[in-house]
Amino acid sequence: MSLITELVILVLAAWVGIEVISKVPQMLHTPLMSGTNAIHGVVIVGAILVLGAAAGGTVETICGIVAVAFGAANVVGGFVVTDRMLQMFRRRPEPPKEGQG
Amino acid sequence: MTRADVIQIAYLIAAFCFILGLRWLSSPRTARKGNLVAALGMLIAIIATLVDGRVVGYTWIAIAAFVGGSIGALVARRVQMTAMPQLVALLNGLGGGAAALIAISEYHVAGAAGEARLGAVIAVSVMFSTIVGSISFAGSLVAFGKLQELLPGRPITWPAQKALNGVGAIAVLGLAAYASLNIQDPLLWVAAGLALLLGVSAVLPIGGADMPVVIAFLNACTGLAAAATGFALNNSLLIIAGVLVGASGTLLTQLMSKAMNRSVASVLFGAFGGGGGSSSGVSATGETLPVLEISVADLAAQLVYARRVMIVPGYGLAVAQAQHPVRELADLLIERGVSVAFAIHPVAGRMPGHMNVLLAEADVPYDQLLEMEEANPDFPQTDIVLVIGANDVVNPAARDDENSPLYGMPILEVDNAENVIVFKRSMASGFAGVENMLFHDPKTRMLFGDARKSLTQLVQDVQAV
Repeated sequence: MSLITELVILVLAAWVGIEVISKVPQMLHTPLMSGTNAIHGVVIVGAILVLGAAAGGTVETICGIVAVAFGAANVVGGFVVTDRMLQMFRRRPEPPKEGQG
Repeated sequence: MTRADVIQIAYLIAAFCFILGLRWLSSPRTARKGNLVAALGMLIAIIATLVDGRVVGYTWIAIAAFVGGSIGALVARRVQMTAMPQLVALLNGLGGGAAALIAISEYHVAGAAGEARLGAVIAVSVMFSTIVGSISFAGSLVAFGKLQELLPGRPITWPAQKALNGVGAIAVLGLAAYASLNIQDPLLWVAAGLALLLGVSAVLPIGGADMPVVIAFLNACTGLAAAATGFALNNSLLIIAGVLVGASGTLLTQLMSKAMNRSVASVLFGAFGGGGGSSSGVSATGETLPVLEISVADLAAQLVYARRVMIVPGYGLAVAQAQHPVRELADLLIERGVSVAFAIHPVAGRMPGHMNVLLAEADVPYDQLLEMEEANPDFPQTDIVLVIGANDVVNPAARDDENSPLYGMPILEVDNAENVIVFKRSMASGFAGVENMLFHDPKTRMLFGDARKSLTQLVQDVQAV
């Protein structure tokens, strides 16, 4: 991938991010933080590439192992705790419907 | 189609899932689904990476992922909702640390391959990821320590702090530039070590109530470090996901500092507030100001006959773990025909949206939660406002007193209501160390004591009325 392509991706992603995230209400800012937290756990993809391709080098292996473990904790912990939080947000139960007319 | 093409398409689907997930976070009705879609995207991305031809060994990946994932799942399931800010800080630090380690490893690989210097793009991305990732890792751990009360929450300062941080920052940048031109492993380790110190010394001076800004800022840092890793590894998904998080963190940082009427710089470098409870209750002319108290029984009687009651929660509510009794009180009053709502200031608590999560945990329906802009026009029609564990966010000085350090900060204008009841442990001043004239307002009554005990007693008394 050329640098220009990567920069185009960067600018477009930033734009989409700002557009989408500015619509998240204040009420959901904590789940937004923990959800985006889980998303930056995507570094686990980089960590897997580093560790999986490590040709026996000690530095890469150790860095890779720690990075994969950190990334996995980040991803799993982030999504699980966000789900726990979001399932608590509920509306007032609908009042039982009275007979019409 | 080659395997590489398939992997790229999988990454595209993953990126789409992340964006859709964030889009669905715009309403509490779709938010949970959004989080699941984002998690699905992550799963697709990880599977696609595992079948990448460059990945040859799986043993260590499996072990590390299992250990990390299990710990993450366990902590996320067990953690109390009141401990959410520290968990978010901790997870954020892990992401930053992982990004830095990947960059360090890339640097080592380049050196082992016999390269003398890094190309410009790789150099910038590897160094950015190492430095920002390390700062985010160390800074997040300090924030975690402060929120978990392992470290004192007040600002910790030392002489020539800003100058030392400045020198440290220049040294890190210089070292990074030199290390890019002369690949030698120890150079980058030293740079990463310095960046860790910088992260610690940057967050130590920041006080507890400024934590919403700091956490949002560190979130942005980790996102951008992940994006930089994407440039180093030529991986489009890391760039997209990292930048999405960076955008979110940046927006939240701005929103939070705007809600405190302070610049991001003044929060991050200001060591603001926490001057201790040096409140005197003395007016400008030197006389002691009156403070009127109310008993729980009297308040119970007033509440039952009110038409509209507004509850303003603050960090004190979280500290006292009083979210459940406050919900009981609201339910009881609603049963009796009183209209009840909660007014939530954007920076109430220790992280963006902290109060909403706390009240949601106590089963308060989210349609009872009002944002500041919705609540303020309501106060003139409100009979009783219950201020529970909040202080600076209801201080009228922010609106009226040009000499106040709070001046200009948007507040919940509770003094427009007919009666104000303040639940407070003592007359100590708020985080900013600023006297609050609301407590001396003739329409204000103080209810001293632990908020949880007061509210539990109040619930019993309301039931008895």
